Amino acid sequence: MIRIILKRILLAIPVLIAVATLTFFLIKQAPGGPFDAEKAVSPQVLKNLNAAYNLDASQWEQYTDYMTGIAQGDFGPSFRYPGRSVTEMILTGLPVTFELAIYAILIALIIGVFSGVLAALKRNTILDFIPMAIAMIGICVPTFLMGPLLVLIFGINLELLPVSGWNQIPGDKLLPSLTLGFAYAAYIARLSRGGMLEVLNQDFIRTARAKGLSETAIVTKHAMQGGLLPVVSFLGPAIAGLLAGSFVVETIFQIPGLGRFYVEAAFNRDYTMILGTTIFFSAMIVFFNLMSDIAALWLNPRSRDDS
Amino acid sequence: MTNYIKLPLLASLFFVYSCSETISPVDSGLENKVFHFGNGAEPQGLDPHIVTGVPEHHLLIGLCEGLTTSNPKGGASVAGAAESWDISEDGTIYTFYLQQNGKWSNGDQVTADDFVWSWKRILTPSLGSQYPDMLYYVKGAAEYHTGTINDFSDVGVKALDSLTLEVTLNNPTPFFLGLLSHYSTWPVHRETLLKHGAIDDRNGAWTRPGNFVCNGAFKLKTWELNNKIVVEKNEMYWDSETVQLNEIHYYPVANQMTEDRMFRAGQLHVTSSLPSQKCPSYIEEKNPNLRIDPYMGTYFYRFNVNNPALTDPKVRKALAYSVNRKQIVEKVTKCGQIPAYSFTPPGSNGYEPDTKIPYNPELGKQLLADAGYDESNPFPKLEILFNTNEDHRKVALAVQQMWQQNLGINVELVNQDWKVYLNREMIGDFQVSRAGWIGDYEDPNTFLDTLRPNRGNNKTGWENPEYDKLVELANSNNNQEERYELLMKAERILINDMPIVPLYTYVRVYQLSSDVKGYFPNYLDHHHPKYLYLERD
Repeated sequence: MIRIILKRILLAIPVLIAVATLTFFLIKQAPGGPFDAEKAVSPQVLKNLNAAYNLDASQWEQYTDYMTGIAQGDFGPSFRYPGRSVTEMILTGLPVTFELAIYAILIALIIGVFSGVLAALKRNTILDFIPMAIAMIGICVPTFLMGPLLVLIFGINLELLPVSGWNQIPGDKLLPSLTLGFAYAAYIARLSRGGMLEVLNQDFIRTARAKGLSETAIVTKHAMQGGLLPVVSFLGPAIAGLLAGSFVVETIFQIPGLGRFYVEAAFNRDYTMILGTTIFFSAMIVFFNLMSDIAALWLNPRSRDDS
Repeated sequence: MTNYIKLPLLASLFFVYSCSETISPVDSGLENKVFHFGNGAEPQGLDPHIVTGVPEHHLLIGLCEGLTTSNPKGGASVAGAAESWDISEDGTIYTFYLQQNGKWSNGDQVTADDFVWSWKRILTPSLGSQYPDMLYYVKGAAEYHTGTINDFSDVGVKALDSLTLEVTLNNPTPFFLGLLSHYSTWPVHRETLLKHGAIDDRNGAWTRPGNFVCNGAFKLKTWELNNKIVVEKNEMYWDSETVQLNEIHYYPVANQMTEDRMFRAGQLHVTSSLPSQKCPSYIEEKNPNLRIDPYMGTYFYRFNVNNPALTDPKVRKALAYSVNRKQIVEKVTKCGQIPAYSFTPPGSNGYEPDTKIPYNPELGKQLLADAGYDESNPFPKLEILFNTNEDHRKVALAVQQMWQQNLGINVELVNQDWKVYLNREMIGDFQVSRAGWIGDYEDPNTFLDTLRPNRGNNKTGWENPEYDKLVELANSNNNQEERYELLMKAERILINDMPIVPLYTYVRVYQLSSDVKGYFPNYLDHHHPKYLYLERD
């Protein structure tokens, strides 16, 4: 298993270099620059700005400078926010986005696994149909609709919870976590149901039943270990997706997370910020995929033995 | 597995526990004198010589102070860091007498030298400031910035003594005092700045909480990126007795719907804007918090006069006369906007342009025929370029319909991402493009100057030597009446040549809590927080 992990880590390095290189040259091709504004700057000022940010050097020179910088852990200064480094901004937004992602995934796991397992155990009954129908709605309703809907009900009509913010007013983390969690709960419910149904029909479960084990023990000790494998495989990309894709929820709830920096950087042509966040998210996706593969290997005795 | 379930369950219970009934920020603000301000976007920074936007202005107006400050009720600027000033008879030499007890937030005296050094900084080319032209009216400033002269002592700003500053201008510039309430002319604390970098360092950490020193009514307390900036009352401020608020919390809420919900839930005292689709219903239900104030801004369409189809002024006039402005404000924007018949909004410091743009499709048709277009030679397809935004799309759709119906012209709408749109405008890759202009100071010059030749914001390719001469003459005339007459003549030339089509005059639409007092409508939308206080009726 260690050999597989090492191989994957070594493979990640050229992937990240390729991502950095492609992003670097692609963003330079996009029309418009970081200093374009409704009130146009004079050619003299533009020249000074380009000089201040090394944009007057050749693209190859800029590229080598940038790659040397990131090799030393320096993602450069933000073009949009003078005085802020990209590393500082990533480190500011990351804990918030990470916390939101963790709460969302916990909510998704509780709701998703519970309803998925229940639906599999009570197949083709009302306890299967209702949770699965709700899951389908959860998949179909986008967060930009779910968020304002929850705000309208719990924030404005019932006045129970704050409508925005993060760590400002007690309870302000609840609605964004639920909004983001619901979307993933739906997927997890479908995956758990499918996985559990497959495992529940297998011989070792029949053997366990024949040995007279209680239904609870069969489900929790034997069936869930294999039945939730698809969920575990899903969790890696899901956490990476939550980190990179929480932009909508962060915007709706005014959360100072990384997702907002990521999207706004693209609109602002904040070159260094686009590059920094893209490389960072790529690294996150590689890392969480690796983690979920390791977890799947560990849970699955067959692949454990193969490795 | 049971442990795996217990942990998340505990986390959920913690969530529910944290959801307890709390007093809203607006209610608690009343007691603690804390103002909650919807600020639109995360400010680029707090260095007055680097930043460029409106959210930055909202913060800097409280943190730093120029020689003059905006009048809370609009009109002529009032005393700021300078308690008084003299103007020479020919209007070219301004002598400013600084506040005797003018202090930086660290207790240092604010001196005339501070202003000289600060102006030297913004004019230092390697700083890359985007607003050095605000000081180009000062003798030698443009030359120093463009490198024609290298000795700053040749620039017309001198400290006569520690509290007296003399500024020499190229020409009498009647709006110069108004210019000084723009943050690019405000001072920075030399010692603090140099402690964190050189004079031309854009990235110095001097603007961070704990480091920041300035001379405004408030001082920087905390700054959570993309979350909240808190400023607190500055006891060192020369007029601190006037200041009634203890703190202001600025929230960078870029999403208008989120901001509206925050206001409705009692989390904000004032919003930076209002979702346009909500405006008509708020007007109808007479929402007491809705504010629609006059604003010095014009929404217009630019013509690219270098485009073969738009070279002839007759064509441009035909298009302008075929737009029903009244219908646009009543049926499309629906939020108190005013149809515009001049580029400069009427009432800019007493300036009332008399230009007219009739809605006359018949005349439009005739002009198009005079320009040589008829059934045998139909007008080519026209493109309207705008940045992706639902409000711009609606206006463009209305104009498209009017031109198609009234002139039979085939019009295509092209929406682009903001930066692509700006780039296309800049390189002249458009036929008609939507535009907006907001005044930097309360004088018609802030509008008319933009359409002079070689101005970066002209973007139409239009040049008229007579227009240029009139605006220049007006700026060197010290008599307001004569000046306005010259500017009016320039405005008539502009509307006659029609390189732009004014559509409507902006209004400031936002929500304001009834607890807020001292917040007066004014044309530039400058609200100095030192005059604000909270009181429930």
